[in-house]
Amino acid sequence: MNSDVAISVENLSKVYRIMGATKPPDTFRDALVGAGASFGKKLAALAKGDAYAAIGGDMEDFWALKDVSFEVKRGEAVGVIGRNGAGKSTLLKILSRITEPTEGRVRINGRVASLLEVGTGFHDELTGRENIFLNGAILGMSRAEIRAKFDEIVAFSGVEKFIDTPVKRYSSGMRVRLAFAVAAHLEPEILIVDEVLAVGDAEFQKKCLGKMQDVSGEGRTVFFVSHNLSAVKRLCSSGILLSNGAVRVPLGHLGNVIDVYQAEMKPASEGNDFPYLGDNEFGSIEIWCFEIVRSSNSDSSDADILQIKGLAKRKKSTPINVGVDVFTADGEHLLRSMCTDSQEFIDSNGVEGDFHIKLSMPLNLINNGSYKVRLISSAHQAGWLIPPGEGPALTLWVDRLFNVSPYWTRARPGLIAPQLSWLDS
Amino acid sequence: MPESTSTLENGAKPHPGRHFTIIEPGRTASNYWRDLWRFRELFLVLAWRDVTVRYKQSIIGVGWALIRPLLTMVVFTVIFGRIAGLPSPGGVPYTIMVFAAMLPWFLFSSLLGDASGSVAGAGGMISKIYYPRLINPFAKSIVSLIDFSISLALLAVLMVAYAFAPDWRVLFLPVFILLAVAAAMGPALLLAALNVRYRDFRFIVPFIIQFGLYVSPVGFSSAVVPEAWRWVYGLNPLVAVIEGFRWCLLRGEAQLGLWVLPGLGVVALMMWAGLAYFKRTERTFADVI
Repeated sequence: MNSDVAISVENLSKVYRIMGATKPPDTFRDALVGAGASFGKKLAALAKGDAYAAIGGDMEDFWALKDVSFEVKRGEAVGVIGRNGAGKSTLLKILSRITEPTEGRVRINGRVASLLEVGTGFHDELTGRENIFLNGAILGMSRAEIRAKFDEIVAFSGVEKFIDTPVKRYSSGMRVRLAFAVAAHLEPEILIVDEVLAVGDAEFQKKCLGKMQDVSGEGRTVFFVSHNLSAVKRLCSSGILLSNGAVRVPLGHLGNVIDVYQAEMKPASEGNDFPYLGDNEFGSIEIWCFEIVRSSNSDSSDADILQIKGLAKRKKSTPINVGVDVFTADGEHLLRSMCTDSQEFIDSNGVEGDFHIKLSMPLNLINNGSYKVRLISSAHQAGWLIPPGEGPALTLWVDRLFNVSPYWTRARPGLIAPQLSWLDS
Repeated sequence: MPESTSTLENGAKPHPGRHFTIIEPGRTASNYWRDLWRFRELFLVLAWRDVTVRYKQSIIGVGWALIRPLLTMVVFTVIFGRIAGLPSPGGVPYTIMVFAAMLPWFLFSSLLGDASGSVAGAGGMISKIYYPRLINPFAKSIVSLIDFSISLALLAVLMVAYAFAPDWRVLFLPVFILLAVAAAMGPALLLAALNVRYRDFRFIVPFIIQFGLYVSPVGFSSAVVPEAWRWVYGLNPLVAVIEGFRWCLLRGEAQLGLWVLPGLGVVALMMWAGLAYFKRTERTFADVI
């Protein structure tokens, strides 16, 4: 293993056996009753010759993680993003050794501390002082280490006056502050953090984020799972997106990962009820289909094809025009393009009757990220058939290959990222 | 920090030396005992927590460790010794005979009760951090051992009061204390692991304890058991433990014979079964708890 790799994950999978339709038994009595019932069922299945049902019963395999691989470099701060159920927690539990993987291997190079919760093991009857030692030991600090940092921890928590009071008399805020103060003073080489920042008041959260930033600033590796995108943005420079237990966007620049995540979080069917109808006194339009057809030559990053199918009818001589508006993930209007920009549709006076048109998106112009493409249509200079912002929309994800030049190796800042001509005069 | 933790002073860090971790299926099981040793400081801290909490929560604190065996002893002495007139062999005061048997019995029952619920009771920790789960039942057992030492001191006071001194046999007492711990921890580990998956196993523990009191020679002497039934009676490991305690403390006034050996076999079998089952299931605790 390369010495500047802190965490290396290879083909990690985790399967949970879950009951198909029925709930797993919570008590032994239920299990016995269930065993009796399923024994009968299995006998019946055997009698029918259905060997599979006889051995398998109602159990189903649920792959919480499937074939996940990535490498975290030493000193890198990685944000793990994904919806609920994407496999984030399972990944964290495996990295923290709380549960074992079913397949695959993880290699961790360095002293690890995982923080899946603040205040794990806190006991109400014990004083603040005693809980600092208890919680510290649970998080993997030695007694000598805790004693050395004790004053700092107490000062950070701001509960000096109550340090010898049982924590059952603390307010929930004080409790969280004390717990977080202990956690913030962990000094591992690799820190694995779950959504613990969701607790506590905003002010204290800020303080903790700052403290953790110090941690990552000192060359420590941070592996951070959160729904709080702004916390992830503050703390991490790279990200990985999980979806249904698999890697959706590989570990890379955080901005790209967040763009895809935000695009996917929006409902996919937004405004897309087909056929989509538009009508005014100059004409009518029916959109049957508006979709992305990936470029057949996927090696070249120069085109993603959009296709539009529909029916246009002129009521007068006014030509009917179809186009798209493209917006960035932040909602900024990037461009508008109409089919009559091209010679073909100048010649045909827009669209008429059954039409099937394609648009090639210039991916060597647009920067990496996610974009919203919204269909528009008008009777030429006479009024909208499908006004801007109301038509069906698509999400376009641009993840270009950096094969323009061997020197262009990573995403560039800016709304667009065209390859311009540089001349040596 | 309270004095009670000063025993931790020389404990090493749980993560010493070079840190290179490999996580793969079956890995936890292969490094099991080494891992357990690495987490010894956590064991000590959890034991300290349980002891502190136990004596903090109650108004009379340490008093509880004295009151329970003392009251039971009074009841046994009055009802069986005086009213029922059961014999006490070899001129040993009946009170001391009962108390010598009560000590291992309370040690056994509190170990079984506390340790068997320890894992299910630590759900918060189990689902949030990694450590060998075997630490939970053993850390809990420290509380029972401290209660036991307090009762042992009480016995010493009683012996002075009755002017009854044990002889050289008392030196063998640690052997039987260990036997009592082993007899309790075997079933406790099995029940602790089962309790995680099936919570109704916790109802079995009070039953075992209640039933155990009737088949163990706490309020009576094994002499009342007919010769023919001794081998069956001896299957109860508590017989060997309790008669062993009497042998050590009452100058050899005890019913020990080869017929207690099956009980030792039961201890070994339960210990093996408990440990094996606990080890096999513990890596799924976090998934089912």
